[in-house]
Amino acid sequence: MKHERRGSRLGSLRRGVARAGAFFHKEPMDRELEEEIASHIAMATEENMRSGMSPEEARRSAMVKFGGVEQAKERQRESRGLPWVDTLLQDLRYTMRTLKRDMGFAAIAILILALGIGANVVVFSVVNTILLRPLPFYDPSRLVWIAPADAKGLSASTYSVDAYEDLRAMNKSYEDVTGYFAFSTEDNYKLTGHGVPLPVTGILVAGNFFHVLGVQPMLGREFTPEESIKGGPAAVMLSYAFWQRQFGGDRSLVGKTITLDSKPVTVAGVLPESFDFGSAFSPGAKVDILTPLIMDDIRFEGNTIALIARLKQGVTIEQSRMEAKTLFPQLYWGKRFPDSNHQYTAYPIFLKEYVSGKLRRSLVVLWCAVGLILLIVCVNLSNLLLARAAARGKEFALRSALGAGRWRLIRQLLTESLVLAGAGAVLGLGLAYAMLRYLAHQGSIALPLLSSVRLDGTALAWTLLITVSTAVFFGLMPGIQVSRTNVQEALKDSGHGTTEGRQHERLRTALVVSEVALACVLIVGAGLLLRSFLRVLDVDLGFNPGSAAAVRIDYDDGGSTEKRSAILQDIGRRVGELPGVEAVGFSDNLPLDRNRTWGAPRIKGKTYRKGELPSTFVYVVSPGYLKAMGMRLRGRDFGWNDNDKSEGVMVLNESAAKGLFPNEDAVGKMAAINDKDVRVIGVIADVRDTNVEGNASWQMYLPMTQKEWGPDGATLVVRTKLPPQQLAGSVMRTLRQINPNQPAVEFRPLQRLVDHAVSPRQFFMMLVGGFAALGLALASLGIYGVISYSVTRRTQEIGVRMALGASPGNVQMGVLSKTLQMAAMGIVVGAVGSIAMAHLIASLLFGTAPTDPMTFVVMAVLLGAVAALAGYLPARRASRINPMVALRNE
Amino acid sequence: MGEAKLDLLQGTLDLMVLQTLATMGEMHGYGIARRIEQVSGNEILLNQGTIYAALVRLQQRGWIEAEWGASENKRRAKFYSITKQGKTQLAEDTAYWRRLAGVMGRVLAMGEGGAER
Repeated sequence: MKHERRGSRLGSLRRGVARAGAFFHKEPMDRELEEEIASHIAMATEENMRSGMSPEEARRSAMVKFGGVEQAKERQRESRGLPWVDTLLQDLRYTMRTLKRDMGFAAIAILILALGIGANVVVFSVVNTILLRPLPFYDPSRLVWIAPADAKGLSASTYSVDAYEDLRAMNKSYEDVTGYFAFSTEDNYKLTGHGVPLPVTGILVAGNFFHVLGVQPMLGREFTPEESIKGGPAAVMLSYAFWQRQFGGDRSLVGKTITLDSKPVTVAGVLPESFDFGSAFSPGAKVDILTPLIMDDIRFEGNTIALIARLKQGVTIEQSRMEAKTLFPQLYWGKRFPDSNHQYTAYPIFLKEYVSGKLRRSLVVLWCAVGLILLIVCVNLSNLLLARAAARGKEFALRSALGAGRWRLIRQLLTESLVLAGAGAVLGLGLAYAMLRYLAHQGSIALPLLSSVRLDGTALAWTLLITVSTAVFFGLMPGIQVSRTNVQEALKDSGHGTTEGRQHERLRTALVVSEVALACVLIVGAGLLLRSFLRVLDVDLGFNPGSAAAVRIDYDDGGSTEKRSAILQDIGRRVGELPGVEAVGFSDNLPLDRNRTWGAPRIKGKTYRKGELPSTFVYVVSPGYLKAMGMRLRGRDFGWNDNDKSEGVMVLNESAAKGLFPNEDAVGKMAAINDKDVRVIGVIADVRDTNVEGNASWQMYLPMTQKEWGPDGATLVVRTKLPPQQLAGSVMRTLRQINPNQPAVEFRPLQRLVDHAVSPRQFFMMLVGGFAALGLALASLGIYGVISYSVTRRTQEIGVRMALGASPGNVQMGVLSKTLQMAAMGIVVGAVGSIAMAHLIASLLFGTAPTDPMTFVVMAVLLGAVAALAGYLPARRASRINPMVALRNE
Repeated sequence: MGEAKLDLLQGTLDLMVLQTLATMGEMHGYGIARRIEQVSGNEILLNQGTIYAALVRLQQRGWIEAEWGASENKRRAKFYSITKQGKTQLAEDTAYWRRLAGVMGRVLAMGEGGAER
């Protein structure tokens, strides 16, 4: 002992190398040893003979003195090589042999494992990306999002320039405060100089934006202070993806100018690939460029800035909230209006919470669902292995009779399950990789950070963890079961049909019941989510997204309402003449897209308490828009002659009309918006403004043709008789004929707005639904396995019963009823579990009760039917047993 | 028959082999085993076969080296000899054993009379 420890470190290193060497040179070393031992024995024999023994006696004595030759060899091998590797290799080789003998089993087991592990890796990667991994900014735990506690709509969560500047100057909680212009639309810039003007999506950010987030440009520099000042040099920061796509990753571009909106702009730098503005701040949108926000340009445009701040070291978010309580009321909407303070509040939350907080519950549910799948996979494999173990009972009994220890047998079985799980994991990783690549390129799913989802080191570590624990979980039970086998019983030829077998079967039945119960929970969860999703699709949007499309148009009205009116009329007329076009209209904002809110209209002479009227969504639209959108209008639409020479007009939605004019019809009544008198000429059914699931807020529609409501750009909406995409070509050609500068923006079917809005729900529903289907398949496989096995085992018994007069029908019924009993037990247990689960996910449901009877009934029928099918096949086999053959066989 | 023989403490066999090779020079496995038996006066329980595990161990540590050669009766055998490193190690181990034996002797002498063994 001491000896070993006192050996020099160099000595043990040298010995380790030698041992590894010996491991790879088994054969020559064995040969040498054999020769050595032979000569040893020969010499001993000779010596014995010299002392007078007979040759046989001499050899026998020599052998006795030597001790067992085999033992000596084994001891030598042990001390020279790596014995544990040897055993491991033995186990592995043996495993490979047994699995090769049973290819069908191995293939099914690996496939099941691959699906289970793959699904887990995908969900883990998504959860890790959205929920667990810190945001891709410097020290993101100190970044906060500043907005009122219950902000509704964009305008309600943004602040004015004056408020932003005072906050920056007056606060004591933050290292710095930054912000971005929250009302940029898609394709709001035109890149020219490369053929057809290219639409580009840009976001205006405060000059210190990158500094506060701690994002370094990958190439070039941050914005200079001059670039954020009115009249200063124009600069732009390119996103990595845009730089790659548009400029082929040309590094020399930095410092040069590109032409944006017909003006030369210097490329200040390129952002790193890890920084994707869209994926963090407006999921599902791509952002190509960032430009400096010039405060003086938008000083009096209202609440337009979304705020992000970095907490000072040591300042807690609670402290910043306390400060916000007293600080925000002091901020002015506009300092030149002395009474415009006292309108702001704020409740800072961590940026991470803002980005992904709403998704936490959904993701946790998803994680649990996929965990259930893994559990079902384990149970299923346990079951398969138990069946196999039963069939291999004799083999194991024989091995243990030959001296294999219990632990050695368990280890053998564990090696088998590890090999299976490992193969499953490799295949599963392949599936997960493909799935994640697919997800990362689904730009239309409105989930934050999804574009950065990938198979990373953490996911691999997770894979390893679940693979090993899965293998141990499903391998251990059969291992223990097998190693307990009574050798004598098993070796006797009639080893089955004993109590042991029955106990075995009870265990397997319990496994199947729990499998069915788990599948039950998954199916109910998926069913509830599916019903919710269908309910969401059924929601009355207030407009008809089918067969209509929107395209953002470019025009130059030089600020004149009349000119704008003429241009839009011209476009409307010419597009309207295209074959297939039914209606045409324009709006600056579309529902479920960008939005803005203003103070609500008021009734002249009436006084309102502060906060009595909710902020109101504003849409500045052209005549024909309401029709083109398929909105339901009471009263009249705007006309081109509702212009600056006629009285002000507006259309309200039902909620605003009821709120402003309770108990009377709003149509024809007068109201005021910022002191301008307007007549309510129509009321439309509520339109979903920010999301499909919430209630509609107050909305007002104002004409583009009256100068008070300068629209913020214009989007053309076309309703057609044809599928919208068929019209894309002719509409774009017409637009370009009218205005050669029209960029090649996307022709977006309106349905896409809705799809985008419901995409997170759809995403979760599809995944959980997929898991439920998988769970169902696995459960039925489990049922089939157990029933089929029990029929095989009871062939003789069934034969006897049939010989004694049982009809095939009786036999079939017997097997089927056993199956259904098992399924029923599982369904009952599962239903109870499902009720508990359903209450946990209640907040994710929409228009569906957690105890939705329909879902539960469908689940029970579905599982029952699948169980019956899984039981029917073995039952049919049982009923076709020929009693003569069955009895003779034994 | 072997109830009175001493069981070998782990590591002692290695030391015996080293010492044997140091005093006797080059020897084959059988010779080493015989020599140890003779010196110990047949007092230790030694399966001659176990010596080969010790030999490979010492060889891997670089304390002895081996070469095939012919025995006195012209039989092919593997001859072992101690290396320089092995000699150093032997000196160290010998000193250690002497010290340990001395200490053990003193400790056991302390309870002289009361001790059973």
